[in-house]
Amino acid sequence: MTRRWRLRERASDAGARDRLAAVFTRVRRPGDAGRDRAAGDRHLRAVDGEEDGRQPGRLDRPRGERRGADGSREASMVPRADFRSYYGRPVLKTPVWKDDIAYYFFLGGLSAGSSMLAAGADLTGRPALRRGTRIASLGSLALGSFYLVHDLGRPERFHHMLRVAKPTSPMSVGTWILVGYGPGIGLAAASELMPRRLRATRLGRLLGALARPGNLASAALAPAVASYTAALLSQTAVPAWNEAHEELPFVFTASAAASAGGLGMIVAPLAEAGPARRLAAYGSVVELAASRRMEGRLGLVAEAFATGKAHRYLRLATGLTAAGGLGAMLLARHSRLAAAASGAALLAGSFYERLGILHAGVQSTEDPKYVVEPQRRRIEESGPTRVDG
Amino acid sequence: MTEHSLFGPLEDVAADAGHAEHPPRVGFFTDTSICIGCKACEVACKEWNLVPDDGFTLLGMSYDNTGNLGANTWRHVAFIEQELPLGRRPPPFEGTPTGPSGTGEVAEAVAAGLERVEHRGAELGTEPVEPRPAPVDLGMPSFELPGARTGAEGRQEFRWLMASDVCKHCTHAGCLDVCPTGALFRTEFGTVVVQQDICNGCGYCVSGCPYGVIDRREGDGRAWKCTLCYDRLHDGLEPACAKACPTNSIQFGPLDELREHAQQRVEQLHADGVPEARLYGEDPHDGVGGNGAFFLLLDEPEVYGLPPDPVVPTRDLPRIWRYAGAAALAFVTAAVSVFVEGRKR
Repeated sequence: MTRRWRLRERASDAGARDRLAAVFTRVRRPGDAGRDRAAGDRHLRAVDGEEDGRQPGRLDRPRGERRGADGSREASMVPRADFRSYYGRPVLKTPVWKDDIAYYFFLGGLSAGSSMLAAGADLTGRPALRRGTRIASLGSLALGSFYLVHDLGRPERFHHMLRVAKPTSPMSVGTWILVGYGPGIGLAAASELMPRRLRATRLGRLLGALARPGNLASAALAPAVASYTAALLSQTAVPAWNEAHEELPFVFTASAAASAGGLGMIVAPLAEAGPARRLAAYGSVVELAASRRMEGRLGLVAEAFATGKAHRYLRLATGLTAAGGLGAMLLARHSRLAAAASGAALLAGSFYERLGILHAGVQSTEDPKYVVEPQRRRIEESGPTRVDG
Repeated sequence: MTEHSLFGPLEDVAADAGHAEHPPRVGFFTDTSICIGCKACEVACKEWNLVPDDGFTLLGMSYDNTGNLGANTWRHVAFIEQELPLGRRPPPFEGTPTGPSGTGEVAEAVAAGLERVEHRGAELGTEPVEPRPAPVDLGMPSFELPGARTGAEGRQEFRWLMASDVCKHCTHAGCLDVCPTGALFRTEFGTVVVQQDICNGCGYCVSGCPYGVIDRREGDGRAWKCTLCYDRLHDGLEPACAKACPTNSIQFGPLDELREHAQQRVEQLHADGVPEARLYGEDPHDGVGGNGAFFLLLDEPEVYGLPPDPVVPTRDLPRIWRYAGAAALAFVTAAVSVFVEGRKR
């Protein structure tokens, strides 16, 4: 229904004008003069029937910057709103996920990228790169899993995830991917960590023999570990995550590649770190390109990425990833120190990227405009969503 | 599983979920045109389901002190004040002078206050919204008729919208689709219920719901929402809110009967001069396959805090995985190529 309401014209409303003015000045305090006056004026316009195309009775807030009656410019206390809402309250629930979940996204991606680097290092004879990335891969997986469980409302029930395998739930799919992924890299890292004197024992020899197949099995699942988390975020009603579903997996896997490359540059000597440098370069370029495309393609909801905490984190991520990527391409070949510094920047960049995306989602649920405006526009352009059959 | 298991109209939702023999799908038709805002539904729900309180606070929003649905509010009565006539009918008490409406003032105060609370008031039990600027003492109430001093010509057109919101028990429920533990399930009645002994509080359902209904309970850690009184249904009783509703604004019954009845009601209202009456969530062809609990509204859905065109996120599942798969493939390609190049050098 597109019916528009209009207030009835009133011939003799001079009295009402004065009384309304009184209502809006009654509660005035110093410094609020302009604001109250503006609100009063707006209502008087409504009474006069000249609501400049706006619907009278709309429970929304004034647009943009307001000018006080004395002509003074006054910064808006509330953002402009061109849509209707229930007292400006959010339509959606704010995600209950805390920063823990961003830590997990970062650590899971790092583990996935590292296990792939480790497998390659193993097959191409780079023992220092292999050793460092295998251990880091298991370490980050373990710490990531801790955060994952810690973020549950009932952590002691984390194993309830293993009751079912549900293709419609990316979280269930991800759980099973992790179940398949963990043991292999666990074996590979355990063989690296085994004390020298135990290597000759039967257990030591068995572990040594299982390290490569274990690592390869994990590396085969690693791309899924790095990308399912993007699918998990996208299959929500959260506008920023749902609408970014085209680029989000590329941002996530590229961010995983950049962080793992960065880690490889830290742990391996220059002679062995070539693949890590190249992975870092690829990762940082794709991460920056994909985030840029994402924020450019999204309409209104791009604002959620460009304000508040999300903006701060994403700006940090961009700077660190660009610096780390350039370092990996230009300096890391010549100096171990430069390699380590670039690697650290890439790790930090990947970390802030995930935090930024988490907060963009949270922010997109806190303001009803991200829900109402796109849906309203959809209705106006092509009618409400309708599925035949 | 059928063609429309994830999205689109679904004839028999309980059978699709695996209930071979099952009672007819039941639901609510909430006719907000006869809601008087008494909140008996909120109270009955809390009492029957032993739902904890969500803070005894005043939100400053008309007569609404719960704010929205959540883990501890499974029925929420929205109050909206508008300077509008109700349909083409003359306003009530036409001859009686009334003072100017405080509608705009209230909205201003609430909007400014929400700016300053966490998550902009998305959580229940939010501290009361402090009016800004603080109200001043207007003196003792008078014994005159309201607005008698201002005269009839100052009377404003004015209406209240009251609506009891509830979980929609969608045909395609975003919360149910994403639940990784199987705690959320489709009952034989076609409703959607959380099994509290299974839920581990992962919070995915909270973000999976396009209506912002389900939430995690503070201090408990599990997700809670309306069960459509699953226990009462087993005993052949209607849900507590419908039972308590004094005006029959909340109607419970088999969904197809409710849809038919709602259609008649809308036509009747249109004939009576309430052209703004419209149904919300009754269409099985909409973005969530139709709601098990649908509404008759007197304004656009967003005015009541409802999304105007909700779509279940599961619709995008195949697309989402295609992009994720492409990204994974690109990742493999990159990882292999960095070592291949390394060999060459």
